Amino acid sequence: MPVTVVLPRALQPFAQDAGALELPASCATVSGALRAVGERWPVLLDRVVTEQGAVRERVNIFVGEESIRFAHGLDTRVTDGDTIMIVAAVSGG
Amino acid sequence: MDGDVHLLVGTVKGAFILRSDASRTTWSVDGPHFPGESVYALAYDERGGRRRTLAATRSFHWGSTVRTSDDHGATWSGPERQSIRFPEESGESLVQIWQIKPGTAADPDRLWAGVEPAALFQSRDGGESWDVVRGLLDHPQRKQWQPGGGGLCLHTIVTDPTNPDRLLVAISTAGVYRSDDGGASWSARNSGVRAQYLPNKYPEFGQCVHKVVQHPARPERLFLQNHWGLYRSGDWGDSWTDVANGVPSDFGFAMQMHPHDPDTVFIVPLQSDEFRCTPEAKLRVYRTRDAGASWQPLSNGLPQENAYETVIRDALTADTHDPAGIYFGTRSGKVYASADGGESWTSVVDALPAVTCVKAAVVGGMHA
Repeated sequence: MPVTVVLPRALQPFAQDAGALELPASCATVSGALRAVGERWPVLLDRVVTEQGAVRERVNIFVGEESIRFAHGLDTRVTDGDTIMIVAAVSGG
Repeated sequence: MDGDVHLLVGTVKGAFILRSDASRTTWSVDGPHFPGESVYALAYDERGGRRRTLAATRSFHWGSTVRTSDDHGATWSGPERQSIRFPEESGESLVQIWQIKPGTAADPDRLWAGVEPAALFQSRDGGESWDVVRGLLDHPQRKQWQPGGGGLCLHTIVTDPTNPDRLLVAISTAGVYRSDDGGASWSARNSGVRAQYLPNKYPEFGQCVHKVVQHPARPERLFLQNHWGLYRSGDWGDSWTDVANGVPSDFGFAMQMHPHDPDTVFIVPLQSDEFRCTPEAKLRVYRTRDAGASWQPLSNGLPQENAYETVIRDALTADTHDPAGIYFGTRSGKVYASADGGESWTSVVDALPAVTCVKAAVVGGMHA
């Protein structure tokens, strides 16, 4: 089964308005999944990570219901059928 | 049409374009562009046959980038890939773009950008792509620079119309740095500028310079609004002289050169670094017409009671008409305009989001 990356509405225009992207499970980690996203949608990836490859401060990424901040960060593993959700953190001004 | 004035207004929630004809009596309001994103830098560039508006946008979540429009804001580029990027080995990541500065008329494809964390980028293709200026990024004093309240930002860029190799920048809080070799090497130029908040009040660097302005007819003479202190230099920043003569406070952020008179400068003093509101609850622009020997308040048409306003470093500007239009925006979302060099003022809009920058463009004229 593929790994699914669910996009927030703000990022969907950078993936031809897709709400979700399907990736092969071989991406293995969140980092691998983001790399695969960036190969196809580099503008989208720029919005999620900095030029140093770190997840932006006010972006949260979940694998299933677990935030990768409280797991293994970008090294958090993904397996068949997992859903990676990218969301804007609850913050603003 | 040619002669129209476009006021490019950046706010914490997007950009607005206020338009008027050359009379500058009535204004239309277009926006918000980039709603929800903060816009701290705007520029208009007519060199090289372009009529390009540039906007530095920052999403609270999704990062910062430069957007361009070649049709006065009807359509905008991208956002494409983040065009201002720190090199990987620097370990730095772009936080915000604080300044976009078109280069000299003789070099029409070059632009400069000042960013946070403090660094200078240059474009050689009209703003399409950008490269970091290594000489400043690798400066040995850089690791000792400290962030001010707005972050460690390079917010001011001054070019020399007579010497393409000379460039001056201001950084909060590092002070003024100047290059005489096109950005390859830089040296601090803060002699005489006070650092009120340090044990050593006159260090080589570490000053919190808020803005530096210059008139192209006298490029060697600079005026500086400091975090406490108003200064003038007659030698490209080699030395600075206090010119806070007759102002209610020498604290403030904004400073603007008159477009036609190299002795005339505008500021908006603020009461203190703790309060940061207009003194005596009066909204007054101060103007010197004798290069800082004296300053006079300009208040005709501005509120003089219960006016606790703040005008930040890029929110005061001038157009290039004669008489000059002077404009400023406030943190409370008001924009004021003067079509007579500051003698009288009118309110253009009064309920925008907090204003971060105001730039005036005369269509078919010179960028301001």
